[in-house]
Amino acid sequence: MFRSKIKEAIICLEAGRVTLAYPFAPAFIPKGFRGLPSVDINRCVGCGGCASVCPSSLVEIVDEPDRTTITRYFERCIYCGRCADVCPEMAIEMTERFETATNDIRDLHVVHHIYMATCSRCGRCFSSQTPLDPPDYRSFKGTRLNRLGVEST
Amino acid sequence: MMKKLFSKMLPKSLWVYHANVGACNGCDIEVIDVLTPYYDAERFGIKLVGSPRHADVLLVCGPVTMQVLPYFKRLCEAVPDPKLVFAIGSCACGGGIWFDTYSVIGGVDKVIPVDFYIPGCPPRPEAILHGVAVALGLAPKKIAPIDASDGFDTLHYSE
Repeated sequence: MFRSKIKEAIICLEAGRVTLAYPFAPAFIPKGFRGLPSVDINRCVGCGGCASVCPSSLVEIVDEPDRTTITRYFERCIYCGRCADVCPEMAIEMTERFETATNDIRDLHVVHHIYMATCSRCGRCFSSQTPLDPPDYRSFKGTRLNRLGVEST
Repeated sequence: MMKKLFSKMLPKSLWVYHANVGACNGCDIEVIDVLTPYYDAERFGIKLVGSPRHADVLLVCGPVTMQVLPYFKRLCEAVPDPKLVFAIGSCACGGGIWFDTYSVIGGVDKVIPVDFYIPGCPPRPEAILHGVAVALGLAPKKIAPIDASDGFDTLHYSE
């Protein structure tokens, strides 16, 4: 029995220190790890693909007259990466960020405003207007039309 | 005076009680992982206790299901003040994929105020350790709210 104890002690001593120094040293991140998704707002076209595939429905899309507001509640994200797969513009990327601990839940909320052109028939938003597009006067009703110096009809 | 003493003593030895309120066991396994010698949360004075009456910290995993709600409320009352509540996992933080399900409250913060949120499905043991380090003031929090817009507003508006 005494011998086995010595054997055990040798095994333990050979292993040395196994505890990670983590909070004081950077952590090892395995390849292909999916952390917090990051959204490149300049690439986003506001199609809503991410909102329809998200298992926890954390993407909230609100169409306002001239812009679309996309709010993401990342506190309930399950890091499945479906939004990154479905995004046609590759705007969503799964980063390696996992240190998302916070004392305020609002730190995990991401709000994006995308300025959109509006459909002249139904008035709903569609993809961003470029400077090359002809001005759509119907979508400039009210304030924007007045700013351009055009009499509203 | 006692209050000052407690506020000095509390961060030195956080005794945790681990409550599963409907979690899938993923977060529970990660919590147990943190207490192993490999991650070793015990070097920060964290110790798992068997009774909520001994605990300073309540580790809550899972969206609060309707069945467990009365027991969870009783459990919260059993933990003496001053207490900290950690919501571990996406389910505990905001309900996860169950946030609007019929049999689930959807998040611990709808039942009791939560001090620290550690999202993840499940959170990595390192993420839980980081949450503990943030709570103890050993590490800064590395996340901030984002409110951004694409550059097209300047295109439309002259102001």
